[in-house]
Amino acid sequence: MNIIVCIKQVPNTTQVRINPETNTLIREGVESVINPFDTYAIEEGVRIKDKTGGKVTVVTMGPPQAEDALREAISLGCDEAILVSDRKFAGSDTWATSYTLSQTIRKIKDYDIIICGKQASDGDTAQVGPGISAHLDIPQVTYVRKIEEISAGHAKVERLTEEGYEIIESKLPLVITVVKEINEPRMPSLKGKMRAKNAQVLKWNADDIECNVNDIGLNGSPTRVIKIFTPPPRKGGEILKGDTHEVVAKAADLLKNVIIG
Amino acid sequence: MVDYLLTEEQKMIKELCHKIALEKIKPVAAEYDEKEEFPWPIVKILADSDVCGVYIPEQYGGMGAGIMGMAIATEELSWGCGGIALAFAATGLGTFPILLFGNDEQKKKYLPVIASGKKLAAFALTEAEAGSDAGSIKTTAKKDGDYYILNGTKQWITNGGEADIYSVVAITDKTKGARGATAFIVEKGTKGLEFGKKEKKLGIRASATREVIFTDCRVHKDNILSREGMGFIVAMKTFDSSRPGVAAQAVGIAQRALDEATAYAHQRKQFGQAISSFQGIQFMLADMATQVESARALVYSAARMIDAGSKDIAKVSAMCKLLASDTAMKVTTDAVQIFGGYGYMREYPVEKLMRDAKITQIYEGTNQIQRSVIAMNLIKELAKNK
Amino acid sequence: MSKNKERIQVSKEKCVGCRLCVTVCPFSAIAMKEKKAVIDLEKCNLCGACKEICKFKAIDIVDISSQVRFVDINEYKDVWVFCEQKKGVIQSIAHELLGEGRKLADKLGVKLCAVLLGEGFQPKVKDLYARGADIVYLVDDPKLKHYQDDPYTNVIVKLIHEYKPEIFLCGASVIGRSLVSRIAVKINAGLTADCTGLDIDTEKRLLLQTRPAFGGNIMATIISPNHRPQMSTVRHKVMKEAVPNSSRAGKLILKTYDDTVYSSRTKLLDVVEEIEETVNLSEADIIVSGGRGLGGPEYFDMIRELAKVLNGAVGSSRAAVDAGWIPYSHQVGQTGKTVCPKLYIACGISGQIQHLIGMQSSKTILAINKDPDAPIFKVATYGIVGDIFEIVPALTKRFREILKK
Repeated sequence: MNIIVCIKQVPNTTQVRINPETNTLIREGVESVINPFDTYAIEEGVRIKDKTGGKVTVVTMGPPQAEDALREAISLGCDEAILVSDRKFAGSDTWATSYTLSQTIRKIKDYDIIICGKQASDGDTAQVGPGISAHLDIPQVTYVRKIEEISAGHAKVERLTEEGYEIIESKLPLVITVVKEINEPRMPSLKGKMRAKNAQVLKWNADDIECNVNDIGLNGSPTRVIKIFTPPPRKGGEILKGDTHEVVAKAADLLKNVIIG
Repeated sequence: MVDYLLTEEQKMIKELCHKIALEKIKPVAAEYDEKEEFPWPIVKILADSDVCGVYIPEQYGGMGAGIMGMAIATEELSWGCGGIALAFAATGLGTFPILLFGNDEQKKKYLPVIASGKKLAAFALTEAEAGSDAGSIKTTAKKDGDYYILNGTKQWITNGGEADIYSVVAITDKTKGARGATAFIVEKGTKGLEFGKKEKKLGIRASATREVIFTDCRVHKDNILSREGMGFIVAMKTFDSSRPGVAAQAVGIAQRALDEATAYAHQRKQFGQAISSFQGIQFMLADMATQVESARALVYSAARMIDAGSKDIAKVSAMCKLLASDTAMKVTTDAVQIFGGYGYMREYPVEKLMRDAKITQIYEGTNQIQRSVIAMNLIKELAKNK
Repeated sequence: MSKNKERIQVSKEKCVGCRLCVTVCPFSAIAMKEKKAVIDLEKCNLCGACKEICKFKAIDIVDISSQVRFVDINEYKDVWVFCEQKKGVIQSIAHELLGEGRKLADKLGVKLCAVLLGEGFQPKVKDLYARGADIVYLVDDPKLKHYQDDPYTNVIVKLIHEYKPEIFLCGASVIGRSLVSRIAVKINAGLTADCTGLDIDTEKRLLLQTRPAFGGNIMATIISPNHRPQMSTVRHKVMKEAVPNSSRAGKLILKTYDDTVYSSRTKLLDVVEEIEETVNLSEADIIVSGGRGLGGPEYFDMIRELAKVLNGAVGSSRAAVDAGWIPYSHQVGQTGKTVCPKLYIACGISGQIQHLIGMQSSKTILAINKDPDAPIFKVATYGIVGDIFEIVPALTKRFREILKK
């Protein structure tokens, strides 16, 4: 089975701190990591490969340093890695990003299943996975929490919903986006890390993947960010003082209207 | 940070083992300590990550990263939990006799399964009446055709009952004294090999410590390590190579104590300011940091000497074990002190570090024995240079 | 920047490298690269000469008019709201969107339209008028009973092509996020996810979409200047529900399509509801969450008890989920759910940034933790420094008295 995993490199939020004076993110010195949701996508891809044979190709669109994320993916069991990088991609919104990734996947040509994390931790849009499937015009199942069956041309999966889950069957090729519940990602292995160090990462630009210049980067992005601002900081909390009885009475008083209203 | 000029491979081991310690071991360490359970799920992670074979040569499926690789891995894993790390480190101790003295057949048979993490190993020397005085072991191995019949009880065997492969030292000829002991490989499942109950310990409670009991246990002569009569040599050489591992465990525990104490001192406020702003605390932290770094430096030096094939390793190996374990005890005690009352509570991580640290001063030769080894070697050197 | 309505492409599998097309091209736009025809799109005029001459059907000119990204934006009118339904019930998010959509439509002086797909909904259309819809587009068919990506996408794409709304709003729910991302690509529209604020630039007639990024630490305002409709998904519990007014009337536009439109490449085999999920976290007005401070799975009963009295949902921090004390579906935070209830009660949660990201837009936050320096207190409206095992049961008792339960 040919499995494609799409990943994104994001700032590590465990290191992101808020500047208490300006209430903005301190990004300096924050390392880049694989988007947490994508680690589940990688793991699921490798598990499918372990079961059905085949190979896992990991793809990312990003600046040259996103190569680190791809090498990490190789250390976790992916076989091939493609970095799609071009200055022309700058300013891509989710429309243009999903177009660019879909062109990359078209060039890879042979694929049975495409796996994405449900969303990226920096943008939180959850739009790129479905966008890829729409551009490729293949079916999708979002929020997958379990792959029940997967074999040539066919898959049966569970999709997490607000109330429980749905069981959905689909033909392949298929795009799925996965949630954390689907697996517990493995640790990289030393041999995997060695392989990752020496692995060749393919680098494709806009021409390589035959992009329509009007569909990529800022040109290809229907949306424009016109303002970025920090919201007013939350009012510093009021610490309720007193013994258990007193603080509980105070809290109940303060919250009564919130609860009833 | 002191730059130890680690190779790419060593950096990789350090980084991966730290990641495992941070993400997989640290979150469960308190629970394993409380329940005194053996950490099989962590062993599985170490196996899948190729960590189990760091010190085993590549031809046997390992990484071939030597004692230095072993020390780095043990240190980082012990930063997560000294007890859990011991499943790995004690397997190393049980494997060194095979690595150092095993013949080709034995190496081919045992090293790959240990490297892949499919099986754990243990070293069985200590007995109830033979601690520091290893020469007084009572377990016997009586020759019977192609077999030896083992009888006796080994005590406080780390990984006992959990491991599949045991390196055992038994007396084959009482009359020959120090030349009368022989080392054997005994596999779990061999008839006559049984295990006693699991011991309750002060620290390293995630590790399994049991009696290993031999009752008319028949072991084929092909399982002898080196040859008959070499038992104590096997044991002593094993310790020379394994001591940097224990020392690394101590460094890992000490480093964690330092990290916890520094973070706590920075966050804890008394008299309206962080306690890290008080010189009394600053001096403690500075001393702790300096001691940890000196211990690490000596451990790495010893490990590198062994990997370089140096013959005279007994002294430096004993020195690094002595320094690192005494440091761990001191630094963890100081960390509890910096935490104050909180440090004494089980809910906070430092009292466990103090409990875990204590064993490093005792096992694989007490620190008194280490001092004897160091002193003996000083005298030997003096005699040689005369 | 111009866009063609057709796109020319060469099939690398079919092309044999015969060079016939190269000779016939009037614009010298074709060259051979590795024995395959490659068309320089800057020179190509889409005249079709190459397509005619190719004996191997390797060259194709496809109609991509549906993908032309620039449209006459003046053709687009009205504000549409996708009304999510489950098991025959229109979800509360739809009422919130109708409330907000009404304001936007009034500012623009256009109609507010509800889009409803399902089975047997005709009797419920009047409820949507009551909630402010001027027009209801209803596509009522058994095949649309449950949400499925393909048929829902097909139907809405058709509706949008036919009626051309200028704004399309949808809930940022599991269904909403899956659906609109697909639609936006199909119709070449701009889409902004997870909006918490919507407004109109009346001068330019643009939808100003404000959304949080990095868990609300940064806000961004986004527009789609040249594409229509302007599409947004909107978070739950942010907008006020439209107040029903049963005297309002509206117009029903009932659409039916042929079966190919309703066909789905995926097949929904079963819908399973999990009992533990009695209250939907993302819809809950009140959430009581427990964290590492609970110390064990059994103490979640205390949290459930308080949640029950308050008619709220049970949440948790990642630490409690990772320890196996409660299923992942309860996790609030970066790798779990993002919630913004009226009241969030955090019990024994220290407040790692990953947790704060998921809950700090809650309207009121009560934090109970024994560590006075816990970061959770920085975002809490009210804080109690103390032992959760004392305070939570006492709080439960007090609320039980107040609410007379």
